[in-house]
Formats: sequence, C-alpha cells, structure tokens
Amino acid sequence: MAARAVGCGLPLAVAMAWLLSRFRFPGRPLLNALVHLPMVLPPVVTGWILLLVFGIHGPLGAVLLQWFGVRLAFTTAGASLACAAMTFPIMVRAVRLALESADPGLEQAARTLGAGRLDRLLSITLPLAAPGILVGAVVAYATCLGEFGAVITFAASIPGETRTLPLAIYAALQVPGGEAVAARLSLLAFALALVGLLASEWLGRRLNRAVGR
Amino acid sequence: MTFAVALRHHFPTVDLDIAFTAPATGVTALFGPSGAGKSTVLAAAAGLLRPDYCRITLGDDVIADTRTKVWLPPERRRVGLVFQDARLFPHMSVATNLRYGQRRAPAGTIRLDSVVDLLGLENLLGRRPHTLSGGERQRVAIGRALLAQPRLLLLDEPLASLDAARKAEILPFLARLTAGLRLPVLYVTHAFEEVAQLADTLVLLQAGRVVAAGPLEDIAARADLPTARRDDAGAVLSCTVLAHDAARRLTTLGCGGVCLLVPLLAAAPGAAVRARIPAREVILARPNGHDLGTAISLHNIMAGTVRALGDDAARQATTVEVALGGATLLARVTPDAVDRLGLAPGVEVLALVKSMSVEVLARPLNESVISVPTRS
Repeated sequence: MAARAVGCGLPLAVAMAWLLSRFRFPGRPLLNALVHLPMVLPPVVTGWILLLVFGIHGPLGAVLLQWFGVRLAFTTAGASLACAAMTFPIMVRAVRLALESADPGLEQAARTLGAGRLDRLLSITLPLAAPGILVGAVVAYATCLGEFGAVITFAASIPGETRTLPLAIYAALQVPGGEAVAARLSLLAFALALVGLLASEWLGRRLNRAVGR
Repeated sequence: MTFAVALRHHFPTVDLDIAFTAPATGVTALFGPSGAGKSTVLAAAAGLLRPDYCRITLGDDVIADTRTKVWLPPERRRVGLVFQDARLFPHMSVATNLRYGQRRAPAGTIRLDSVVDLLGLENLLGRRPHTLSGGERQRVAIGRALLAQPRLLLLDEPLASLDAARKAEILPFLARLTAGLRLPVLYVTHAFEEVAQLADTLVLLQAGRVVAAGPLEDIAARADLPTARRDDAGAVLSCTVLAHDAARRLTTLGCGGVCLLVPLLAAAPGAAVRARIPAREVILARPNGHDLGTAISLHNIMAGTVRALGDDAARQATTVEVALGGATLLARVTPDAVDRLGLAPGVEVLALVKSMSVEVLARPLNESVISVPTRS
C-alpha cells in the first residue's frame, strides 16, 4: 500500500516541484499553499475531504464508480490514495529543494549543446536531483507506514485490506490482552523505520558519488 | 560566412554599444579589462542574454534581431560555448559528456576520434569529471562544444581559472585546434599573452565600446591604443621561414619584405609562424653612415620610418611606431631619446632587435579580412 502510494505520488510530486520551482504564473502561491495543505491540516480533515470528493456519492468518486467501476473509499487503493495525499507535500518539498539546489550553469551548458526544455530535465536536472528525490521518497514511504488519521477516515480499518501498522496496533490495544500483539507490531514498525532510514542513507551516499559529489 | 554583432545594452554600471565583424575563419579575440562587455557579447551570441538591442548574423543567417523580433533560443543556434568553469556534467563520463552535443546535432564534419586525437583525450574517456584536473576539464569542454557541430565557437576566458603551468599545457592544443577550424572562433580574454599566441583578429573593448578592431598585426603595432601602454606591448608579425643556417645556428624569417634573424628553429622552410617583438626590447638609432654590422652582437638592424608616437606618461616612456617595409614595429624609448634623436613622424631610423628578443610562436597568423577603422 505504501509502495503504491509513493510510486504513484512521486512522478506527480516531481512534476509539481518542477512546475513550482521553474515557472512563475498567476495562482502559483495558491497552488503552493494547496499542495502543502495536508501537512498542516489535521489528518482526519484531509481524510474527510477525500471521502467527500472520492466517496461513492462524491463528485469524483461517483464518476469513477459509474464509468470505471472503481471504488476508492474503504478499499486498499483508497488507503494508498489517503497516504499519497498525506505524503505529497513531503515529496514535493524534497524534490523542489533538490531541483533548486542544482547548478543552473549546467542547464545553460546543456542548452548551448542543443538540449530543449524536457530534454534538459530528463538528462541533466533529474539525474542530478536523484539523491534528493530518493530521500523524499523514503521519508514519504516511512510516513505512509505510520499514517493513521486520513486512512481511518477515508478507508476505515479493514483487516487485511486497509489496516496500516498503527491502525493494527491501535486495534490490538482495544482488545483485552492485546498488548503482546501490539508490542510485536511496534517492534516491526521500529525495525521497518530503521531499515528504511539506513537504506536511504546508503543509497543517498551512492547516488551522490555517482553524480560526482 | 562572416560573423557580425551589433548590440546595445544598459547595465547599472556601464552602457554597452558594441559592433564588430569577425572573419569566417580564424580566431577573433575580444580583449579588454573586466567590465568592458566581453562576456555580454558572448552571452548574447549564445542566446543566454537578451540585450536591449541586438542584431547578430552568421553569413546571411540572422540568428538574432531584436527589431524584427528574431530570437533563436540557445538550443537552436548551434553556437558552441566553452565556459570559464568548463561546466561538464558531473553524472556522466568524459565520453558521454563529449557525445552530449553530438547526439543532439545534425551529422557534421567534426568527428569524435579526430577531436579526441587533437585534444589528447584518449586516456580520459572513461573518467568522471571530478577526477580531472582543471586543464583536462577545459579540454573536454572544448571537445564537447566542437562535437555539437557548431557554426560558431565561443570561448569565454577558457584559461582564466588555470594556473600558469596548466595554461602552458593547454595553449598548444588551442593553437593546433583553432588553426584547423573552418568556422569563426570568438575568444574572450584579458590576457594579452593568449591574444598574441592565438588571435588573428583583435577587437579591443573598453568601458562598453569598441576602441579598435582589425588584424592582430595592425592593432598590436599601434602606438595610440591602450595595448601599447601594457608591460608586454609589442608588435606581432606574420612571418615565413626563409632559410636555416645550421652552422651559425640561425634561422632567417621573412616578414613584409624585412628579414629577421632568430635562433635556429625546427619549422621547415616555407612554414608560416608568428613572431612577437616586445616594444621594450627594440632599440632605435639614427643612421649616420657607419656600418654597425660587424662590431655588435646584434643581428637585426632594420631601416624604417617613424610613423607615429604615443605618450606613455605612467611609465615615463614614449611608444614609437616604426614602419619597416610591409611590417610595423613598436619601440618603447624614453622621451629624452625622442628629443636627442629628433624622432617625429617621417624621420628615418634604424630599429635594432636582438635575435634573442624575438619570440617565435608556432601558430601562424591567418589572412584576416576584417576592415580596419581609419585612425581619428
């Protein structure tokens, strides 16, 4: 679920970060604020907004259900969507930082060598920003694993389908004698977070070496 | 296919108003102190900066004209630009860097193996840019720009960030390279040494204006220009190797009908070379009937006529232009010597030059087709 959230959200986040960092257009501050909204809103509110929009009676949810037979609310896909929405600002911020710290001189050089805008993005800017993008993705992935509020509101806590780790821990704690299960799950969460962070550190170092830093 | 630039641009510190024409082949040096507008000209030619007014043509092709709203973006100009700081792509090997422009350009005549050979890059191809020295990086950057099959090559102080040893290492490469190119090369520098070695045509800039433009031989020998008041002022002559005298260990050079004896050279007779004669090394004398020839160590005693005098107050000196047949020398003497010898335009003098004072540079001067502005 977390992998799907990051996998679908990352390309969008890269595109959004590029848009926000390279172009000046009317409404840019508003768009910027909207992108960052899920980070400051209570997660439950984000989940509820998603439910209003993508629920089976919501404007987008109804269209998806009628035309494509896709139901998002209270499904695994829905949990991914909730996670993607919650982690989108984290990824956009990380990618934007990486794009803005890139040397504009290299893009100028690529221009004089005949590379158009999209060509430059794919051959110069993104490869050089890869370490930053990776860190964003790992942090987003870890955040997905721990997502609680938006998921429970939009996708509920269906065992085997939309129950994330914290949801499972919370559910275990509600049952008398569930502390042992909760402890095991917490240990799992701890291990996953540690492995994720170590892996991102290692990959980041390797990528940095690859781009010659 | 001459390259013509005319631009005007307002900067807070200086107003630029620059226009010149560079010949179809050979190196045109833009020379002047920093802030003179040299780099702005290059940025406008590459399309990276859009001046208030600007018209740039390559032969019959208009690549920019702000009046008719023609502005080709940099990626469609096919103008090679070598930056002062190389700007190699750090995430690619040298070979991939070299091919970056080539892959995006129409097929051309400049081939990878010949560039690799000319710039001595064989052993660098698999390396990453951050493992290269400054001089190696700059050589790769030059190769990368050339392989994009440019119609015009721009070099923005390519040696400025290198130390003297690295400069000496890369200058011969540049000389070899530019001698064989059949496209206009614009070379921005504030080092006169590089101009003397590489340029065929010189455009002298100061405070946003063109002070003088023309063949290097003519400009370097003018007593009235700022170049004459430099420490390293001196004429640059286009010469042909006439003969070698192995026994006396001397080579005779011919330039503009004048013979110049220099220490024995390796170049074959008939080869074209350029010779630089620093103004402070030239002695002037009035002819008085005596033949100095056998009583003096010096070999080159050439009869000429004073053409002009330039005051160099900061150095308590006077710069004298001496016409010798088709060539012109620059001599730096004291104002007292000017008085004693009665030097004035039209006066006949002898120019005395030690063989050891002549610097012979390998790169010959090209035939320049630029017109020289008349002296005001």
